[in-house]
Amino acid sequence: MSDGNGAEQKLRWVGTRPVRPDGVDKVTGRARYGADFALPDMLWARVLRSPHTHARILSIDTSRALALDGVKAVVTGDDLPEIPSEEAFLGEQPTDFRMLSQNVIARGKVLYDGHAVAAVAATTPAVAERALELIEVEYEPLPYVLDIASATADGAPILHDDLRDRKGNRRPPSNVASTTEMGHGEPEEGFARADLVVEREFTTQAVHQGYIEPHACLAEATADGRVTIWSSSQGHFMVRGYTAKLLGLELSQVRAVPAEIGGGFGGKTTVYVEPLAAALSQRAGRPVKLVMSREEVFRATGPASATRMRVKIGATRDGKFTAAEAWLDFEAGAFPGSPVGAASMTVFALYALEHVRSNGRDIVVNKPKAAAYRAPGAPMAAYAVETVIDEIAEQLEIDPVDLRLRNAAQEGVQSSFGPRYRRIGLVETLEATKAHPHYSAPLGPNQGRGVAAGMWFNAGMQSSAGVLVNEDGTVSVISSNPDIGGSRASLAMMAAEELGIDYASIGVLVADTSSIGFSDLTGGSRVTFATGKAVIEAAREVIAQLRERAAKIWDVDVERVVWSDGAATLTGGEDEAPLSLADIARRAGKTGGPIQSNVSLNARGVGMAFGVHICDVEIDRETGKVDVIRYTVLQDAGRAIHPSYVEGQMQGGAAQGIGWALNEECVFDEKGRLENPGFLDYRMPVASDLPMIDTVIVEVPNPAHPYGVRGVGEVPIVPPIAAVVNAVYAATGVRFRDVPLSPPRVLAGLDEAS
Amino acid sequence: MAHVVLPRSMAEHTGGVLEADVVGATVRELIAALDARFPGVGELLSGRMAVAIDGEIVGDPYLERVAPQSEVHFLPPVGGG
Repeated sequence: MSDGNGAEQKLRWVGTRPVRPDGVDKVTGRARYGADFALPDMLWARVLRSPHTHARILSIDTSRALALDGVKAVVTGDDLPEIPSEEAFLGEQPTDFRMLSQNVIARGKVLYDGHAVAAVAATTPAVAERALELIEVEYEPLPYVLDIASATADGAPILHDDLRDRKGNRRPPSNVASTTEMGHGEPEEGFARADLVVEREFTTQAVHQGYIEPHACLAEATADGRVTIWSSSQGHFMVRGYTAKLLGLELSQVRAVPAEIGGGFGGKTTVYVEPLAAALSQRAGRPVKLVMSREEVFRATGPASATRMRVKIGATRDGKFTAAEAWLDFEAGAFPGSPVGAASMTVFALYALEHVRSNGRDIVVNKPKAAAYRAPGAPMAAYAVETVIDEIAEQLEIDPVDLRLRNAAQEGVQSSFGPRYRRIGLVETLEATKAHPHYSAPLGPNQGRGVAAGMWFNAGMQSSAGVLVNEDGTVSVISSNPDIGGSRASLAMMAAEELGIDYASIGVLVADTSSIGFSDLTGGSRVTFATGKAVIEAAREVIAQLRERAAKIWDVDVERVVWSDGAATLTGGEDEAPLSLADIARRAGKTGGPIQSNVSLNARGVGMAFGVHICDVEIDRETGKVDVIRYTVLQDAGRAIHPSYVEGQMQGGAAQGIGWALNEECVFDEKGRLENPGFLDYRMPVASDLPMIDTVIVEVPNPAHPYGVRGVGEVPIVPPIAAVVNAVYAATGVRFRDVPLSPPRVLAGLDEAS
Repeated sequence: MAHVVLPRSMAEHTGGVLEADVVGATVRELIAALDARFPGVGELLSGRMAVAIDGEIVGDPYLERVAPQSEVHFLPPVGGG
């Protein structure tokens, strides 16, 4: 293993590619996802959704629905407790529980088309559907705002007249929910020193995380007031906490059981269905299953924010940035809480800047509440900055990677968001990019190459894990986090490495909220880092116990017992055969009882990560269609515990970012209704749309992790929009500043240029 | 004394002061010292706020040790997706 400072020890498992523990279940269809759970006497729930983009609810009459044979319960917003404003932290989006509750089911007003208004539980899905038609809702339609310009215009309809500032004081009515400003120095001084200043405006549209598995849960409330929830999420402790809060329950009354998750990408860091199913179950006295349709997922769950951005960068003739400033407007959707804060922090974070400023605004509009999406806020900001840098490189006739290298942040540099960097791997990743054969490969007609870089902070936060020695010497690792990206494998590998045993002898379980200590979300690219630290600490505590047990067996001082290669050996006792883990486990009852350790921690020492992408495109000038023909992702992973899953993250993030650049867009009509709530019309890239995405794992170990781990899951979605757009420029000579680059938009750009 | 840098959003609560040298061995002590100097700031800094201590970002700081020569930045917290 590594000591985190580059000193290498021989590793048996870390860096290898064993089969993931959950692999067989997932490829054979045996794995159970949110919609797969069922209980006797289970009811089926359906949700009535608003047909209005903004309207006051004058009345809701559920009597006819309740009278329908087979209907067992109906809930509306009036049935959930009124809760005071209290801040919650959802992925990248600060909001409050009062507004979270209002998003789960409307209270007083509906704020977007698709906003939940009532929910029904019935004996069959068909009866529940029929009951929805019998609920009578009287609305008073209100004027609405659908974009940043109209939301911030004078006299704009106001979504919330009760927004408060950080001190809890009521703010003047505005759709600008909050502002953020960040940076150091005096940008105007820096721009005055520049030989070249490039200032451009950009827009991006709302895109959906596009997870294949819809939100789904089963909830069972019992007569003694307890609630059990089986659901698919990025954190069952989040499900427990938010559901309890919204229903006025104690945490001890709620148990959340994690299902497998069919994709989340940040979109499952909050609740939509769980509180409704639980509330219906409380009223019906029977288990209730609630599964969103695909259309509901698109209409009522969080997309990533649409944005309007302006970026200005100054540079000297020799390619040194003198100043940078960004103005970032992010749509939050119907409730405050876009990721504009993180965008403001990441927008210039890759570069050493003496004068830098970012100005962000969080703006509410009558659309679904935005939710976190992989490196929330960073892809849009990187799109703006990395395309401006491409333009500067062209005008200064400097290679775009060289330009980035001349300005790259590194250890000791003050970041644009404040603190000085510790050890980071941006320079190494840029150098690997320049050296990669892809970067200098020849291009054909109508082809172009773009490059772009990006970063993400990654997260530490709270995690819990257990390492249990079974009676036969096999080991169980208990995780507190849903496994989204292969964390069962990475946790087991680190446990095997520490214990010196076979990876195959370790089983991994993701435990429910009553069976393991608290853990924060599976998000922020943090599980292999943070929960991994808990596993490593637990394994080391188990080793300490194993040494003590061996000492008892040998009747010697524990200091004479050494643990190596999965066995205890006695120093100065060459006649004693080593005691394997199985030898000690079998005698655990005689030496003090079961051997196990549970560790809970708040993981410190998180390592930021950087990536650089190279994209080749080919343009069909007749149709405007853009094909990505070659794509390479280079990324500092710190240390790849399981390289296949690191590469998978890099490829998946790149694919999603390419979709964001080329086709993906939530299309709303002039009345605020989503026109493409399905995968036929919401065009995500599929395998046949993309080339094999090549990957290069750069390893600059994080000194604060025993194996050097940095998070890997979010960085790869940051550079693609800019990489694709820069490549399209190289192929066409047209700089596109609005995405997606759908064929009509590209064709229009080509026509205009010609 | 640690060198503390506050977010620009704090300017309205500190009379425009965004950097200060502050005595304190932990983040908690730094916040207490800042609150004594700028009444009300402590509550804001104790809420949803991260710090970077000599470049290491800590999500929910409280008892983290701070050296006399440390540079401490208060930041918006960052989670992820």
